[in-house]
Amino acid sequence: MRYCLLMHYQEGTEVGLTEEDMAPAMAAFQQYADDLSAAGVLIGTEVLESVVATTTVTARSGAAEIQDGPFGDTKEKLGGIFVIEVDNLDEALKWAQRNPANAWGSIEIRPVARTYAADRGWYNP
Amino acid sequence: MSRLREDQQARDRVAQVARDSYGRLLAVLVAPTRDIAAAEDGLADALERALARWPDDGIPANPEGWLLTVARNRLRDVWKASGYRMTEPLDEIEYASTPLDDDMPAVPDRRLELMLVCAHPAIVPNIRTPLMLQSVLGVEAAAIATAFAVAPAAMTQRLVRAKKRIRNAGIPFVLPEREDLAERLPAVLEAVYGAYAIDWQLAPPGAPIESLSAEALHLGLVLAELLPDEPEVLGLAALVCLSEARRPARRTAEGGFIPLDEQDTKLWDEVLIARGEALLQRAHDYWRPGRFQYEAAIQSAHCTRAKQGKADLNALRKLHRAVLRVAPSLGAAVASAAVDGEIDGPEAGLRALDAIGDPAVQGFQPAWTTRAHLLAEVGRPAEAADAYRRAIELTADPGVAEYLSRRLRRMTC
Repeated sequence: MRYCLLMHYQEGTEVGLTEEDMAPAMAAFQQYADDLSAAGVLIGTEVLESVVATTTVTARSGAAEIQDGPFGDTKEKLGGIFVIEVDNLDEALKWAQRNPANAWGSIEIRPVARTYAADRGWYNP
Repeated sequence: MSRLREDQQARDRVAQVARDSYGRLLAVLVAPTRDIAAAEDGLADALERALARWPDDGIPANPEGWLLTVARNRLRDVWKASGYRMTEPLDEIEYASTPLDDDMPAVPDRRLELMLVCAHPAIVPNIRTPLMLQSVLGVEAAAIATAFAVAPAAMTQRLVRAKKRIRNAGIPFVLPEREDLAERLPAVLEAVYGAYAIDWQLAPPGAPIESLSAEALHLGLVLAELLPDEPEVLGLAALVCLSEARRPARRTAEGGFIPLDEQDTKLWDEVLIARGEALLQRAHDYWRPGRFQYEAAIQSAHCTRAKQGKADLNALRKLHRAVLRVAPSLGAAVASAAVDGEIDGPEAGLRALDAIGDPAVQGFQPAWTTRAHLLAEVGRPAEAADAYRRAIELTADPGVAEYLSRRLRRMTC
C-alpha cells in the first residue's frame, strides 16, 4: 500500500531556531531518507517552505479567493511529506515513528487513494 | 427418520457450526482482503445456503469446509464484479473454486491474527471488545449494544466505521514478531477482559447475549492455547475460569442475586476451578506477576471457601493492594475497602471507602452496597437504609435490586 507520511510541526523559525540549531535535524533527515531509499520503499518526499511563503486559493464561496497563508491557521503546520510504498499500516507506523519530526511534531499516516501518471491517468497505486 | 426431524437436525447442525466455528471461519475469510464486513456477508450467505441445502442434501462430512468454500466462492463473485483491490492476487490465496467434496483440509486457525486486528493500536479502544465479540464470536450488533448500554444504531455505526478503517488504513492481518507481539498483547488481553467484565446479567432474559460469559471464557482459553507461555494470558484465562465456576451459585432460579459469601459452594463448578487453578499455577511458574494473575489469585482465594469453609482474607488483602498498584480502578478500591472491613472491622472499612478520591464513586453501585453493609454492621440502620436506597437506584439489574430491597427491609422494620 502507498502511504503519505504528513509531517505536522511548529516551524523552526517560529520557535526561534537558527540554521545551526537545525543542523542535527537535517542530518537526521539525511539518514532517514537514505534508510527509506535503501529499504526500497521511498516513492518521493517534499519538505515544504515556511507558511510565510504559502498561498491558498478557494472558490468555495462562489468567487475566486486568494489567501495569504495556509488553509486553517493552526499552531502546527503541514511541514512536508514522505510518500512510501509498504505492505501495511504496521510498516508505515514503523517508518513514521522513525521520522525525525516525530520527536518535535506529529506524523499523520494517510493511505493514498488515487495517484496520477501521464501514461496511466488516475489509478490505485 | 421423519422429514421434520431431519430438517430440525440440519438446522441444529448449522446453528452449532455457526456457534463453534464462526470466528475461525471468519478469520480465514478476512485474511486476504482485511474486509471484515464483506467476509461477514459471505459467511452469512453460506450459513443461509446451508439452512436451505443441508435438509435435502444431507449434512456434509466437513461442515466447516463446506461453509468456507461456499463463502469464498460468494466473496470471489463479489470481488470480481467490483474489481476489488486486493493485497494478493486471487489465485495465490486459493480462491480457485474448490469442489464441495468431503475431504477438504481442516480450517486453519487465524483467530489470533483476527484478535490482534481488533485490538490494533490504530483502533479506538472502546470499540475493540465489541469488534472482537462480533468477529470472533459472531455476536449480533444489537446484542452487543445491549451489553454495552449503547443504542443499537450507534453501536452498529461504530462497528461499521472500525471495519472500514481496518480495510482502508491497511491494518495487517499477520502475526507480529515476538517482541512486537509482547507490545501488542496487553490490548488484546484488555479487549478479552472487556468481554468477560460486561455485566451480562443486564441483558434481558432470553437475549442472545445471555450465554456469552461462557463465550468470553472460550475466548480466554483460545488465547491461552495460542500463547501458552505468556503468564498474563494464562492469568486472564484462569481469572475467567475461576469466576465463571461460581456462576451457577450466583443467582436463584428466579434470577435473584446471591452475594459471594452466601453462595452454596456445592454449586461451584469444581472442574472449572481446577482448570483455573492449574492455569494460575502455570502462570505463577514464570515469576512475572501482573494484573490478571493478581485478579485470578483473588478469585482463587475466594474459591478456598469451598474446601476450607472460609476465604483467605489476608491473601485477599495483599492481592487487592497489588491490583490497586498495577491497575487502579474504582471496583478494585471498593473491593479492597470491603476486605479491610472484614479484617479490621466495619469502621475501618468505612474509613477506606471514605478515602476513595474518585468522584465517580458517588454513582458507583458497588460502593453504596458495600457502604450499606458496613453501616448496618456498625449499627447505623438509618444511614444504612439510605445507602441501600441509593444502591437500588443505581442498579439496572432486577435480581440485584430485589436482593438490596430485602436488605433494606431489614434496616427499616
